[in-house]
Amino acid sequence: MSLLTMNTALARRILVGFLRDEIWKVGAKKAVLGLSGGIDSALVCYLAAEALGPENVYAICMPYKSSNPESEAHARLVAEGSGVNFAVVQITSMVDAYFEQFPDADPMRRGNKMARERMTILFDHSALYGGLVLGTSNKTELLLGYGTLYGDMASALNPIGDLYKTQVWQLSEEVGVPRPVIEKQPSADLWAGQTDEQELGFSYREVDQLLFRMIDQRATTEELVAAGFAPEFVGNVYAKVQNSHFKRRLPVIAKLSNRTIDRDFRYSRDWGK
Amino acid sequence: MRDLNAALVQLKPKLGRVVDNLSLIREQVEQAIEQGADLAVLPELALTGYFLKDLVPEVALSLDSPELTTLRELSRRISLAIGFVEVTADFQFYNSAAWFEAGELKQLHRKVYLPTYGLFDEQRYLGRGDRFRAFDTQFGRVGLLVCEDMWHLSAPYLLAMDGATTLVCLSSSPGRGVEQGELGTAAAWRNLTTATARFLTCRVLYVNRVGYEDGVGFWGGSHAVSPSGEIIAAAPEFEESLTQVQLAAADLRRERIVSPLLRDESLCVTQRELERIHRERSR
Repeated sequence: MSLLTMNTALARRILVGFLRDEIWKVGAKKAVLGLSGGIDSALVCYLAAEALGPENVYAICMPYKSSNPESEAHARLVAEGSGVNFAVVQITSMVDAYFEQFPDADPMRRGNKMARERMTILFDHSALYGGLVLGTSNKTELLLGYGTLYGDMASALNPIGDLYKTQVWQLSEEVGVPRPVIEKQPSADLWAGQTDEQELGFSYREVDQLLFRMIDQRATTEELVAAGFAPEFVGNVYAKVQNSHFKRRLPVIAKLSNRTIDRDFRYSRDWGK
Repeated sequence: MRDLNAALVQLKPKLGRVVDNLSLIREQVEQAIEQGADLAVLPELALTGYFLKDLVPEVALSLDSPELTTLRELSRRISLAIGFVEVTADFQFYNSAAWFEAGELKQLHRKVYLPTYGLFDEQRYLGRGDRFRAFDTQFGRVGLLVCEDMWHLSAPYLLAMDGATTLVCLSSSPGRGVEQGELGTAAAWRNLTTATARFLTCRVLYVNRVGYEDGVGFWGGSHAVSPSGEIIAAAPEFEESLTQVQLAAADLRRERIVSPLLRDESLCVTQRELERIHRERSR
């Protein structure tokens, strides 16, 4: 039985309010985000357009030469559907210039470089427009560590980081993300034909059910196995969450003084806002 | 006892900005006065915001501070219930609620139950209050609670046994739980306030803030509950608002005749059993 059904109208209201409140309170009116053509960034784009007005949202599609052309077409579809500003910035020349010096780099290094290249473009446009960069990582990816640190995981605000992929699909229906974007196979689009689920070795719907019980409901391994999850699957997913925890934290600071940032110097980020 | 025209002031404080929050509060209270309210209830930590952490000492106010003096003076025109961080002469810090009326501080309640679990971390930064006391106002006897206090059955019970007919709960409740038709926290709170009102045949005024702090959205939804446990007025969720509600003394009288639960409640049995439990647990 699925445990991840949610009240999408309520979630939408809270997330739109979040974007509006957190952006306006720092004196900004605008947001910048990368549109990959996938569902996560499409959902964030629709939420941002609703929160800030589409004229205040800058969506940037940043393809590499090996990106599936369908991705850019879908990004365009999302931008047109939500009415936001849209631009395409190619990253091929910068990425290729770098790897000329490291021709033997494996696909993981290349994929990470691309993600970080895109990050620098988004933050540059943040300065250009005076808008905050919106994150588009969902809870499933964040928990599994299926993202690039300081790449696609970098943002000022992330409206969907507490939504599992299963819930991203539900909410995308609610806000009107175009059907082809909802229905296609999730892909990091690092090479032709790549899909997330193939690479991860399990489906999002499957792992979301496990993660929800493990993380949100704090189920023990015994309970998870009794609920029908294979022990190896439980162990594998637990290890992924544990081993990627560093990606969800700020850099560790060596303590010397009596008041160290984030250890005994503690303030909310919204300090004074 | 006179009838009560209460204004539930659901606002959005700025985190750590006492001066800004005070002017926001004054503006709202002026509006409540204009609309004929004789009581304005504001949220927990209305003067400071909620996730203060190391800001606690910076935003704390002593009872004779200019900010609280301003509010005390304002209470010549309207009674006020409001939350703030209190600092004592010996530098203890409390999550406090004050009731100002007719230019006086009628009651100071220091939050007793400081949630320190899940997303809450209050006991790390704040001292714990040590009493629940009802007090007399021009609208009858009142009991003040701050948010988590309400979740401890003994707190509203003690206040009702101390003669409170109106329980006033100031809150900064984070919204979470979107699985159902209603927001999870909102449904839980409405269950709690209505059941408490019914158990104790008391009126309940619940005032919650709105706005977001570091991604946490406070859900608002302030409301008033009749002594029979019905929600008789409710503010919208997640939006700033000023909600007025009329509470007639006659309704309280009627409910206490219909359901004489408090008349039949035995303090002696409760006290004797609590003493026994305490004795046996201390062995």
